[in-house]
Amino acid sequence: MSAQLTVQGATKRFGGVTANEDVSLEVPEGKVVGLIGPNGSGKSTLFNSIVGYHPVDGGSIRFEGREITRLRTAQIARLGLIRTFQQTHVFVQMTGLQNMAISDAEAGHGLFRLMRPVSAETRERAEALLAFCGLFGKRHLMAGELSFGQRKLLELAMALMVRPRMLLLDEPTAGINPTLINGVIERLQRANREFGVTLFVIEHNMRVIMSLAEHIHCLAHGQLLASGPPEALRNDQRVIDAYLGAR
Amino acid sequence: MTLRRQPLLMLGVAALGVALPLVVPDYRAQIAMLWALIIMAQTWDITGGQTGYNSFGNILFFGVGMYASVVVQRDVGLDYFPGLVLGMAVGAGIAAALAVLLGSMILRMRGHYFAIATLGLGIAAGEIAGGWDYVGAGSGLSPPLFPAPPATANLFFAYLFFGLAALVFAALALLYRTRFALALNAIRDNEDKAEAMGLHTNLYKITAWAVAAFFLGLVGGAMGNMLGFVDPRDTAFAGATFGVWMVLMAILGGKGTLWGPVLGATIFHITQELLWTHLLGWQRVALGVIIVGIVVFFPQGILGWARTRWPARHGTNERGSERA
Repeated sequence: MSAQLTVQGATKRFGGVTANEDVSLEVPEGKVVGLIGPNGSGKSTLFNSIVGYHPVDGGSIRFEGREITRLRTAQIARLGLIRTFQQTHVFVQMTGLQNMAISDAEAGHGLFRLMRPVSAETRERAEALLAFCGLFGKRHLMAGELSFGQRKLLELAMALMVRPRMLLLDEPTAGINPTLINGVIERLQRANREFGVTLFVIEHNMRVIMSLAEHIHCLAHGQLLASGPPEALRNDQRVIDAYLGAR
Repeated sequence: MTLRRQPLLMLGVAALGVALPLVVPDYRAQIAMLWALIIMAQTWDITGGQTGYNSFGNILFFGVGMYASVVVQRDVGLDYFPGLVLGMAVGAGIAAALAVLLGSMILRMRGHYFAIATLGLGIAAGEIAGGWDYVGAGSGLSPPLFPAPPATANLFFAYLFFGLAALVFAALALLYRTRFALALNAIRDNEDKAEAMGLHTNLYKITAWAVAAFFLGLVGGAMGNMLGFVDPRDTAFAGATFGVWMVLMAILGGKGTLWGPVLGATIFHITQELLWTHLLGWQRVALGVIIVGIVVFFPQGILGWARTRWPARHGTNERGSERA
């Protein structure tokens, strides 16, 4: 099994604070991998480093055999590595359908390919994915009028519109109504199974990540603390100490 | 503005554009000015409204177009009309090239920082033009004389600016139907997200600004000829008048809409002319009060307010409309 994403010795400092120190981990192709850790352990920083939102101070990141350490966010996104945000990021003054239409990477992001109206194919695919995320009925509403949970689902639909190779999801169920969480889990599993998208997921909800992920990495104080299958991590004394504080 | 009625509205405006200069010949210069203001508001809105990048320096492109056109007319030695056409084309080309050059430097700055960076552009250009002998320095330039009596000149310019306004409106109406416009809106709403989705944000911003600069250059070239005088600060790089007005008119009518700037420019121009006529001496004060009123009561502009008030008529309710 080859690693689709390889992080090697990633270090990131903000002034005197070391947010990530010498973190090395792998995400195998086609799997669902979790990233857990207490608040402030550097999970979102690691995501930001991977997608090129800020440069790393040390180490290297490879995606599908390609060095992406120095690439910028948009370039990395075009390779098929897409991230979603913890606080939802959607285009609030555009309708759901418009949000989807501009996310269609296949229709092209070059200047000349953009200079034409939304094609019937794009629209059909957008509507199908909106239906997949349960937002078909809301497709003409401004994204800013959607609830927080609906925006998260829209963000997922937009990410799938790109036909990504791998999705980095930053707390996909945080802030979502508990009755909707199962729906989100089921959709993520289907995206992984049916569209073959690798998922790398930050999650605080242990029930969610234990049922979703096949493999979990745990960060604490910016360092990789433990890695392994969910059951192993659940019983790992170091992980329990990191979350609850050592006795 | 309900979308279904748009063709009818365009037809009505076009009919007015053709008929007005003949029906009210005394107002030909005012009519020409109205079309020019509409273009200024519409081109400002490409970056200011659609992309969320407020530029206070677009007057630069207007002034550059004006100077370039008159210099070409002076130096190339063509007859009046071919000279004017060539001059306007050259002016528009230089303005667009300048937008690409400056844009690639300052459009990387986000939001307010970009706005501040553009503040100095018009002022700097005015200072440069005012000290450069080749373009007449502080005493400015005079375009060649129009080869007919003033009434005919005004008729010509009323139709010239109407033609330009129709061209710009049609170009933008087509542009705003493409995914390029969606990309600009995406940058306006959330540039980080736009980048995270793989969009070439810088390229789009520069292109949008260059389109605005091109049309402003055209208008500038024609305006120098209509006014009959190119002054570095009062007509060409007139930041305190045209430069501010183009922003205001777009905001008044509704930023980020096709018809908003048209509506805003029309209301602004008529109001301003009435103030000049009836409140002479106080016209600037009255204008100031109106500006404050716009910002306080219509921050989204007239069409922005209408869209929130009647979402069903704009296709943004659950049923939607024919628009994607």
